[in-house]
Amino acid sequence: MTADPRDELIEHLPALRAFAISLTRNGSTADDMVQDTVVKAWTNIEKFEPGTNMRAWLFTILRNTFYSSRRKAKREVADVDGIFTENMAEKPAHDGHLQMTDFRTAFAKLPDEQRETLILVGASGFSYEEAAEMCNVAVGTIKSRANRGRKRLAELMHLDADGPVELTDKVTIAVVSNNGNSAF
Amino acid sequence: MSKETPSEKARQQIDANLKRVFREQEQAELPDQLRELLAKLKAQESSNLDDKA
Repeated sequence: MTADPRDELIEHLPALRAFAISLTRNGSTADDMVQDTVVKAWTNIEKFEPGTNMRAWLFTILRNTFYSSRRKAKREVADVDGIFTENMAEKPAHDGHLQMTDFRTAFAKLPDEQRETLILVGASGFSYEEAAEMCNVAVGTIKSRANRGRKRLAELMHLDADGPVELTDKVTIAVVSNNGNSAF
Repeated sequence: MSKETPSEKARQQIDANLKRVFREQEQAELPDQLRELLAKLKAQESSNLDDKA
């Protein structure tokens, strides 16, 4: 008896949901997208080729669902920027790193295609080739989107400003200064 | 003048942050509605198979 690939779906839900949140920038919209994706995957499971990457297949369904719904309701989606930032403000990083909040806010400002590409190749570990296949574009397009996204984030976070990039917050500077003082 | 590509160090910081944001979202608890949906789909499938038998 062959295993049912649908049993594997549950394992990918946390990553699928994380991808959906990054893409939609809104928790409840993301959950709706994940639900749609699960139903589509479940009912079209014969289209999944066993032995291939199920996560990539699910991510592809989700992004297609996202872009098709974005086309249908462009105005609504364009308005979620504020909602996402608001959500982030309600949930600051527990470790007190203000930089992460800044990063999330900066990330939310990127165009959908750049955010998507950075999540695929920068965070989820997909290769440029895999991401290109998932997004149905050329590898060069993915590389260019990733590069533009990283460049914009670097600008927004002032990462390429003159001076040491690691000394970006007051706490770090204070700790380093104190350590320096105590050495004398 | 703006650089064409971010420095290697900036790139590493960005990717580390991206991974961290993604990991945090991945570790969040799944909403019950998603688990319930899977259970419902599975139950529906079993009932369809029973009907065919």
